[in-house]
Amino acid sequence: MALLDVRDLSVSIGALQPLDRIAFSLDKGSILGLVGESGSGKSLTAMALMGLLPLIGGRVSGGSVRFDGTELVGLAEERYRALRGHRIALITQNPMTSLDSMLRVGEQIDQVGLLHLGLSAAQARARSIELLTQLRIPDAATVHQQYPHQMSGGMKQRVVIAMALAGDPELIVADEPTTALDVTIQAQIIQILVDLVRQRGLALVLITHDMGVVAQACDQVVVLYAGRVCEGSSVEAIFARPAHPYTQALIACIPRAGQARGSLQGIAGMVPSVSNYASGCRYHPRCALAQAVCQTDVPPLRTVAEHHRVACHFAMQDAASHG
Amino acid sequence: MAEPARATGNLVQTRGLTRVFKSRASLFGSKRELAAVSDVDLDVPRGRVTGVVGESGCGKSTLARLVLRLLDASSGSVHFDGIDLATVSAPALRKLRRRMQMVFQDPYSSIDPRYSVRAALLEPMQVQGVALDAAGQDARVTSLMAMVGLNPALAASYPHQISGGQKQRVGIARALAMQPEFLVLDEPTASLDVSIQAQIVALLEKLQQDLGLTYLFISHDLGLVRYFCNRIVVMYLGRVVEILPEPQAAPRHPYTRALMDSTFEPDPKRRRVVTLLHGEIPDAFNLPPGCAYAARCPQASARCRTERPALLQDHGHSLACHHPLT
Repeated sequence: MALLDVRDLSVSIGALQPLDRIAFSLDKGSILGLVGESGSGKSLTAMALMGLLPLIGGRVSGGSVRFDGTELVGLAEERYRALRGHRIALITQNPMTSLDSMLRVGEQIDQVGLLHLGLSAAQARARSIELLTQLRIPDAATVHQQYPHQMSGGMKQRVVIAMALAGDPELIVADEPTTALDVTIQAQIIQILVDLVRQRGLALVLITHDMGVVAQACDQVVVLYAGRVCEGSSVEAIFARPAHPYTQALIACIPRAGQARGSLQGIAGMVPSVSNYASGCRYHPRCALAQAVCQTDVPPLRTVAEHHRVACHFAMQDAASHG
Repeated sequence: MAEPARATGNLVQTRGLTRVFKSRASLFGSKRELAAVSDVDLDVPRGRVTGVVGESGCGKSTLARLVLRLLDASSGSVHFDGIDLATVSAPALRKLRRRMQMVFQDPYSSIDPRYSVRAALLEPMQVQGVALDAAGQDARVTSLMAMVGLNPALAASYPHQISGGQKQRVGIARALAMQPEFLVLDEPTASLDVSIQAQIVALLEKLQQDLGLTYLFISHDLGLVRYFCNRIVVMYLGRVVEILPEPQAAPRHPYTRALMDSTFEPDPKRRRVVTLLHGEIPDAFNLPPGCAYAARCPQASARCRTERPALLQDHGHSLACHHPLT
């Protein structure tokens, strides 16, 4: 059984439905990349998994999220609170979303151990320092006593990861954890996350807009566009045989090493906002393959190869012919 | 003085360019100095794209501003088409600005948000004292918008009514309004979605070809710089550490190597082996005496910590390292 099983998850905010029947599942010890551009619903998916939609006036309007067999949709807030930060942890893009600027970072990590694992103050402190050391923070005991403003962005993000690990989670949801960081620091943080998943058997939902990060770190990929899944598969298949025109175009937007100048392809048009999603397939206004049917009918998510699902009226033959 | 820049085919040339920022003394400490750009010799060949790449704090944006004299240098020189920018008068500089323009990461940071697209595009003409009648203004706005692929119907729109990609097209059109020869592009796509970034890069490539422009392209994204630029200048903490004479040249500085190894390719068959580093980036206010990268460099020796390597050129490939990679 999958550790996390998301089925037909829809989210509403007022009259709008920014997430429409999202589906994926994730096993222990593996990394799922949730990829898309702005407004695709990546962060909203993270909020839904964490049970944090009420904070932004949203609610799950359909579908199911099962974590280790427990249905999270409709779970009482007190039970959710016992899971959050303990068995399910969140890492956000901006470390200061998670850190309190008035408290020493060590105290903040300690609190997770005190609250969720019932450790004594001394045990919690020792555990925090050990976690910081595992994350390759030099002189962890000193860092434990520092305030966030005394640290670089990369260091703060490692503290946030330590905080996420402090509750001994089984699932981590990381929402653009390296987007605000310099590339050399990003590479380090991604490597740390990959190592943690492999060593501890964690499951990681890695939310990113960066196909390079996906290729580097993920086992499986779900591509979102305008609040819907357009394609999902293994990371190998999505790059070797992308079946959805959007996935193909998204990969072609990133220059590869040695690519000839003048050959970079953008995607015409713009990323839609939730208030003006197109009818039918939401990608059709930007799609080179679009036909009349794409304007009227929502393409269902169909299986085109083992573990490879695509929502496109015209992509199937292509993917199937590639095997 | 002769005109060194013209003679060598460089539109822009800097020598020993340095900019020091001073922080005022405060309750918590004495006056401190930060050299955001140190001793930079930069050649920008005419009609080519020169890339400057580096991470935050490397001085790339300060360099961009120094090159256009939007900031004054503490020492060193900038020559534009043979003219020493430090010696020109304010009116002459204003006139020279027609020939050199900047495209910002957030174009509307430099445009009044109450300006429509049309007003934003006409402002450079007003600043430069170019008088146009109503028909001339309409024609100018229409042709600029066409040049950057904007629907002319958007002329009456305000910034909050258009997308990020459209705003950047306005920023580019505005920079082109006075028909410049030289554009400094400071992270022009950094805040855009990738599908839009690729559109803007394609537009910039086309404009450079069609108009024979010279670009200085500032970016943190080595993958993009390698695709877009003819030459690549790599900066670390205010100094040039390496200049790759062509974009696919193998890096010889360990920092450039680390940047390259940190740039993930969109291909799972080409995953990188990321070596976890212990070193931290040094405090820019308090740089060590030797090579600024020594604290993080796997190659570093005792010499690197005491003696700063000079930038030396070998077959057009410049390098500042005591222990270059082979």
